[in-house]
Amino acid sequence: MKVVRARTIADALSALRDAGPDARILAGGTDLMVEMESGRTRPDLVVDVWKLDALRGIRATVRGLEIGALTSCSDLLRSGEARTHADILVEAARQVGAVQIQNRATLGGNLGTASPAADLNPVLFALGARVVLASARGERDMPVEEFVRGYRDTARAHDEMITRIDIPRRHPDERRAFRKVGTRRAQSIAKVVVALSLRFDGENVSTVRAAAGSVADRTLLLNTLGTLRGRPLPRGSDLTRACTHAVATDTSPRDDVRSTAEYRRFVLARLLERMLRDLAPTETASMS
Amino acid sequence: MKPIFSAADPVDIAFEVNGDRRTLRVPPLARLLDVLREDLALTGTKEGCGEGECGACSVLIDGEAQLACLVPVCQVAGCSVFTVEAPGLESIQDAFLSEGGAQCGICTPGMIVMTRAWLDACARDGTEVTLEGAREALAGNLCRCTGYARILTAVLRAAETERA
Amino acid sequence: MARYVGSNVERPEGRAKVTGRAQYVSDLHVSGAWFGGTVRSQVARGTLRGFDFAVGFDRSSVVIVAPEDVPGENVQALIEDDQPILCARDIRHHGEPLLLVAAPDLRTLERALTSIVPRIDPLDPLFDMEHSREVFESVAIDKGEVDAAFEHAQGNGHVVLEGTYHTDSQEQLYIEPQGCIAWPPQSDGTIVVKGSLQCPHYVRKALARCFGGTPERMRVVQMETGGGFGGKEEYPSVVACHAALLAMKCKHPVRLIYDRHEDLAVTPKRHPSRVHHRTIVDRDGKLIALDIDVLFDGGAYTTLSPVVLSRGCIHAAGPYRCDNVRIRGRVVATNHVPYGAFRGFGAPQTCFAIERTMDRIARALSIHPFELRRRNMLRAGDTTATGQRLVHSVGSVEVMDAIARESGIDRHPWCVPRDGGNARKSRGLGLSFFFHGAGFTGSGEAMLKGRVRVELLPDGRVEVLAGSTEIGQGTNAMFLAIAAETLGCETSDVVIATPDTARVPDSGPTVASRTCMVVGGCLKDACCELAARVGGEALYSWRERALEFLQGGGDGRVVVTYESPSGLVWDDETYTGDAYPVYGWAADVAEVEVDSDTLEVEVKRFWTAVDVGKAIQPQLVAGQIEGGSLQAVGWSHLEVISTREGRFEQDRMATCIIPTTLDTPRFDVTLVEVPYPHGPFGAKGVGELPMDGGAPAVASAIEDAILVHVDRVPATPERLMRALDERSAASSGTKTGVRA
Repeated sequence: MKVVRARTIADALSALRDAGPDARILAGGTDLMVEMESGRTRPDLVVDVWKLDALRGIRATVRGLEIGALTSCSDLLRSGEARTHADILVEAARQVGAVQIQNRATLGGNLGTASPAADLNPVLFALGARVVLASARGERDMPVEEFVRGYRDTARAHDEMITRIDIPRRHPDERRAFRKVGTRRAQSIAKVVVALSLRFDGENVSTVRAAAGSVADRTLLLNTLGTLRGRPLPRGSDLTRACTHAVATDTSPRDDVRSTAEYRRFVLARLLERMLRDLAPTETASMS
Repeated sequence: MKPIFSAADPVDIAFEVNGDRRTLRVPPLARLLDVLREDLALTGTKEGCGEGECGACSVLIDGEAQLACLVPVCQVAGCSVFTVEAPGLESIQDAFLSEGGAQCGICTPGMIVMTRAWLDACARDGTEVTLEGAREALAGNLCRCTGYARILTAVLRAAETERA
Repeated sequence: MARYVGSNVERPEGRAKVTGRAQYVSDLHVSGAWFGGTVRSQVARGTLRGFDFAVGFDRSSVVIVAPEDVPGENVQALIEDDQPILCARDIRHHGEPLLLVAAPDLRTLERALTSIVPRIDPLDPLFDMEHSREVFESVAIDKGEVDAAFEHAQGNGHVVLEGTYHTDSQEQLYIEPQGCIAWPPQSDGTIVVKGSLQCPHYVRKALARCFGGTPERMRVVQMETGGGFGGKEEYPSVVACHAALLAMKCKHPVRLIYDRHEDLAVTPKRHPSRVHHRTIVDRDGKLIALDIDVLFDGGAYTTLSPVVLSRGCIHAAGPYRCDNVRIRGRVVATNHVPYGAFRGFGAPQTCFAIERTMDRIARALSIHPFELRRRNMLRAGDTTATGQRLVHSVGSVEVMDAIARESGIDRHPWCVPRDGGNARKSRGLGLSFFFHGAGFTGSGEAMLKGRVRVELLPDGRVEVLAGSTEIGQGTNAMFLAIAAETLGCETSDVVIATPDTARVPDSGPTVASRTCMVVGGCLKDACCELAARVGGEALYSWRERALEFLQGGGDGRVVVTYESPSGLVWDDETYTGDAYPVYGWAADVAEVEVDSDTLEVEVKRFWTAVDVGKAIQPQLVAGQIEGGSLQAVGWSHLEVISTREGRFEQDRMATCIIPTTLDTPRFDVTLVEVPYPHGPFGAKGVGELPMDGGAPAVASAIEDAILVHVDRVPATPERLMRALDERSAASSGTKTGVRA
């Protein structure tokens, strides 16, 4: 195993270009260090990018937020820009691990690892974020939902590195919600994690983007909720049915050591319903 | 130029530990935890799980709380590392003793280091020291003996002492 | 006037702990030490045919210990001799040790462990305890006429209730994993082992069997120990034997320190249980008959299961008066990893069942749970299920009064449907009432004859020598307070010896809520004797008097052997009589909030009132109670342990969940002191008691909040969801609640 301690982005990119597919990028180490210690991963090359301060930071532009890939959860928690423009991302960051992990866990790492239980990724999906990838060949970007292709599988080519995540500017009418259900109240891995972005045009739902984690082999958008668009939010049991239907259609949860498929479906549907109701212009109906 | 090393071959890494400048020849991806305990004989930093879950190996790196089991030593080059053996923890240590915040003691070094990090952050940011805040600050440090109550009391007591 | 007893002395080892100087076993630097590891079975049951070695693996790079290398008996000395130190053929559980390996460095060891592959013919394992025919131990307790009571129940207008209760396993999760360092035998055959352990003399006995030597040749030293909770009662003997065998063969000291994964995968945990209750009550809620069937899963070997079952059964009828009691208990073999000692030792399982039964009665008869317990609770002069007449230190009334005063549970309308169907959270309160016998069961202490020694050092200080260990619970500070108080000296005049079997007498294992009451009692007697011998006027300091005594040729060495209080009678055959010299009494109230969407349970507050006899160290005992209560709270709703094909699924810290600060309620501990005349300064046992009542209290609070009868712990959101489904499927059967 070889190690590259990258001093510049160019260092890292040239190392990745020269390496094979068995190279791993090391940032905060919350995943990779554990995997290497247990022997589950033995990469040929480790590219340590932790010192690349150019990849840290949160910048507000006219288009939205540009967040460097090495930006940690703690950086998000400290950032006024993030609180203003990406409130639910900050909320999600607050629920990652605990302080020590928040200091190490990076936005790029969360996305690049593409764990189905990642806490931050559903937020990026719901907010319509794009991921910027750099390589010695150049730069490209794509929507995060295209980037995440499967279980810990992404569209990143082996010579590429995530450098930035762009979050579009918040629409003044946009309403958002986030919720994580974990195995306990801190330092936990999600049983279900859900993020929602919603806009109304008068009474009618104009956009709805909901994303969930830990309910399939990857983070996913709940596209079926799109049927809510163009009409007022359904009332009472109609909304319950719409949420249950979306969960049944879009997700494929499994039983694992943390929870059951049945519970995950149940909770996701209930949380979606709760969030939609909470975000509706006026409280329409009471929950049954 | 990008420096490439074999992960197995020791390299010189210089950093500061508890105020002392040290240069060590260690494999670059060695865990900081092992380097502290084995190369520097600073065994106050404990290994409870080795996967970033229990907080027993909490240390401060440039003032920021980190888990020494997740940090490859190459990442602390040029940094300042602070462990339970460092000076500047007396009021916290006294409070843990007088309030019964230490039972078996294995989580205690991590708790004390995290208390230092939190009290420093409160002082720096002007945040009020509250029970709720202490609970959040120590949520990554597992203790199986105390039920946490006396640990939290000790943290508040230490804050009081340091304010006085 | 008491100076140290009842006030708080500083832990003698506390300064070392808070500064990081305390030496735990893995902190010990031993030059030239090799690293030990274990080759284990990857199946739950099978026949071992041999081993395959990976191509290119150099066997000469390591030292391998096989069953035939065991110089003595290949037996883990405990209650039965059924568990081998290394399995030679018949594999009974996943993770069973097959070979031991030592290597000069960790990398070589890891390569060896992955290069040695056991060849096993798998056999069908048995995992369901209900289907096991191999009974490790059974217990029968009979009082009165249970069958007759059931025959006449209807005619008498009594109510008959039935319920089945399950509790899952639980991991001790001491934060320091298991570990020992062993040295090769010295020229005189002495074997030295240092480790993280609760019971040095147990380890010594196990080493003696393993090496075929006398116990005196085996020297076991306890290092600072990072928690035990029963988990370091029997298992350190395994680690110690393994390390010592490796050290013998490789002729180097050997470090055998488990990582968290190995610790979680193979060390014993709490016995899973199924307890069935058939109960008769009269219309006023008076218990007429209790018919209780207890089943524990013992796992693959006997380990301590018979004793766990015994304590579980003796506590199965709870702290209640009942003339007709039948308790039948069995602990059976399965192909699970052996279950073993964990704080509470069988009682938390049976306590959960009886306390849930009491709530079931309360709901059926519309009697408030507090009132129902008041009506039935044992008081001084009453007899327990084993026919023990309670004489001393019966704090039942006191703890119930205290819990009502502190929590207001007696005025809380329980399981009454509340308004606010749209509420995001439902709040609930639940009560439990329980007792726990202190010390070994029956004639255990009389047979054990624990010994304590005190000795004047040449400088006039007093050394306390006992095999009892400090594992966080405060043995050292408690000894310090008792000794200094009794001798009339300063705490700085007292030294607590490290538990080293070469120096300290066997005061018995550090288990069974016995260290303060039994060993502390011996220490007090020893100090009384020493103080009497030294004599002198209180005008002079202890050191002055002690030095004068020594200069005059006085014998400053006192050994005291424990003697049970007279009049205790116990019959092991019939399970009748005085099961324990005395009981600790307690009542818990939990306040929970259940999230209406996710069914997550948050325990917000936790009141507990505990009769400890006398709090020798109030801060320590309250800390013990809080810690034990949190373990119980964790078990009640979030600590899941499950198995798949005989493997624990929670085999990493990331999946083996225990409460964090944010999962912890605010604790309100009320110490009640009803002195026990035969305990030091009135003290009795408290170590295990706080583990017993938390789970049923939380279950009761959940029931109050969402009106489902919780009959299984942990009550995870997944299980509550199912319970709610079942309730709505059978919604006609919903019973009304109880107004205060």
